[in-house]
Amino acid sequence: MENLILILQKTIIYAIPLLIVALGGVFAERSGVINLALEGEMIFGAFMGAIFVYLLQKGGVWLDKPQLTFICALAVGAGSGALYSLLLSFSAVKLKSDQTISGTALNMLAPTIVNTFGLVFFLQEKINMPYTFTGYAIINSNLPGFLRILFDKAYLSTFVVILVFALLSIWLYKSKVGTHLRACGEHPQAADSVGINVAKMRYLGTTISGALAGLGGYAYIATVANGTAEATIGGMGFLALAIMIFGNWNPIGIVIGALMFGFLKCIGAVSSSVPFLANIGLPPYFYNIVPYVVVLVVLVLFRKKSGCPKAEGIPYEKGQR
Amino acid sequence: MMKNPILKQILASVLCIICGFIVGILVMILITVVNKDLSVSNLFDGIKYLFLGPFSSPNAATVKRNLGNMIFYITPLIMTGLSVAIAFKTGLFNIGAPGQFLMGTLGSLMIALHINCADNRGLGILVWLLAIVVGVICGAAWGAIPGIFKAFFDINEVVVCIMTNWIAANIVTWVFSNQTSLINIPEGKSAYLIKTGGLGTYTPTFGLDKILPGSYIDGGIIIVIIIAIIFFIVMSKTKFGFELKACGANKHAAKYAGMNEKKNIVLSMVIAGGLAAVGGSLYYLNAGIELQYGSIYANLPEYGFNGIPAALLANCDPVGVIFSASFLRYISASGSRLQLAGYNAYIASVISSVIIYFAGFSRLFLMLLSKKRKKEEAKVVTAIEVPPVVEEKTEEAPEEENKEETA
Repeated sequence: MENLILILQKTIIYAIPLLIVALGGVFAERSGVINLALEGEMIFGAFMGAIFVYLLQKGGVWLDKPQLTFICALAVGAGSGALYSLLLSFSAVKLKSDQTISGTALNMLAPTIVNTFGLVFFLQEKINMPYTFTGYAIINSNLPGFLRILFDKAYLSTFVVILVFALLSIWLYKSKVGTHLRACGEHPQAADSVGINVAKMRYLGTTISGALAGLGGYAYIATVANGTAEATIGGMGFLALAIMIFGNWNPIGIVIGALMFGFLKCIGAVSSSVPFLANIGLPPYFYNIVPYVVVLVVLVLFRKKSGCPKAEGIPYEKGQR
Repeated sequence: MMKNPILKQILASVLCIICGFIVGILVMILITVVNKDLSVSNLFDGIKYLFLGPFSSPNAATVKRNLGNMIFYITPLIMTGLSVAIAFKTGLFNIGAPGQFLMGTLGSLMIALHINCADNRGLGILVWLLAIVVGVICGAAWGAIPGIFKAFFDINEVVVCIMTNWIAANIVTWVFSNQTSLINIPEGKSAYLIKTGGLGTYTPTFGLDKILPGSYIDGGIIIVIIIAIIFFIVMSKTKFGFELKACGANKHAAKYAGMNEKKNIVLSMVIAGGLAAVGGSLYYLNAGIELQYGSIYANLPEYGFNGIPAALLANCDPVGVIFSASFLRYISASGSRLQLAGYNAYIASVISSVIIYFAGFSRLFLMLLSKKRKKEEAKVVTAIEVPPVVEEKTEEAPEEENKEETA
């Protein structure tokens, strides 16, 4: 029981960045832009968030308020992710570029920005944030049973992400603008014919996407990566992309995918400390492989009609049929 | 002047490259301003290193070594670039090249490191050949997975490729950590494998190591260039290549025309997997390269992902990949030289990523070039049509002249 709660707590922490970045992917692709740059946006957002924390600490501001700093750093991460994604939307919407190429370029550019500026300003390729800024927000080890999964050893980012995820998902499906945005990914010509500004919607979708990726990037380095911002984010951006496809471009599917993947991943992480699993004697590599294999198996077993937006990746040309 | 579409493509690429260098130099100027240790003379040195790359050393032996290493590092990049390019032509985004690269490495090293041919180089070359074949089979099988998922279950290849990458990475570390006889304990290293150099199963050098001594260079580059040319011919001149491209251009039309689009998807991924695997095999079968298997499960090899920009920069043309891969490695080689002038090596990556970014809308450059031309042609034609009777031959001539002037 104690072990299960421990695993579930870790699952939530691991799944949270994946969840929000995958939703970011949904926003871009539903508006018709393939956002391959999720990884780059995560790296950039995380790095900017870490610089923000570093500057605050250096200036002696809010030293006694680590949680306030955390929230602001998340916002900085989101803002810089959004700014960075403008490079993608500008080339994809305005210049009608090949979105795969632009995304690849942004994925290459973000690590070099981190490395170059890290070396110039911090004399190393990464920033380590002090532990006080990355500690748990809530510790309630007395809570009964399963309440502890969410409310014990929890980070503020968990609640921020859950709130943002829920609000944006509802907004995407229930609001007028959200519907317009989705229409631009399915049939931009039809959307245009009823007076929707396709370019504007695609800019909006990609910018939200970048913001969510930046937010998820900072949430990842502050929680899973123990406060180290560097030029790599361990393939989380691509993983989020995979979870998005796994979830069939749909928020509920993403929740299922991220939680399932996170759970399997965390079993591997604790396999050596749980007696039951340690007795089997399988190497850690086996547990590392399990989540990826399960995703493939689930994809085959529960395959359905692809929810892939039909016009994604195709630049919109007015007057083209 | 710009009638030839290939010429136009090259012009667009050159424009991208110029933009990349401008941004790179701007970053260097910025760093010079910020960093008090750097002066204008550093900047000029840096720019010199940036353009001359491996040739920027006054010492001839160093130039040869740098050049040889650069050529060696081009080899796997061409292969992963080809892998991505061939899949792209069939409409598939092969982001799984890192996994296929690793499976090729695994298959090849399991053969080449287990058979000791230190006394018999002739047998060693046979073992080397076998190692390559086994590597290709492993990589092709690994590439087949996303292909089969795509063709028969209609599951997006990107998600399958990402999953298989990490599975491959864990398998490689898992397998090699159990092969205690292959671990380089004599040299006091942990998590490193022994080299093929001491076993006689390394890649033949075809004398290239005599031309560029002191470097890693081997015959791999020649093999790779031949493979690229073969695939250029296959893709542009054969029925099979045409079918692959037809599937990429329009899956439904290809099916309607009687092509087996499922077979083509799987085959294309099998080929892509095999090509990426050759890259891994050739890289690690070099006499002097050792595999650090201990950290592979956490870090996918950069060669796999760098194949994507190499392919895209070449517009997925197999021969073009040779040039784009060479160019990308040249920039990287310049980057390591930049450190001598006091700048960090990452400026080279800034340049290559900016070039790729601009390559994304090189088609826009092309379109602008063509549109301008069409307008001019239209003008010329209307001007000529004023006199009612004009022979066709004379119509061509002024048009040509006009183009020359505007160009």
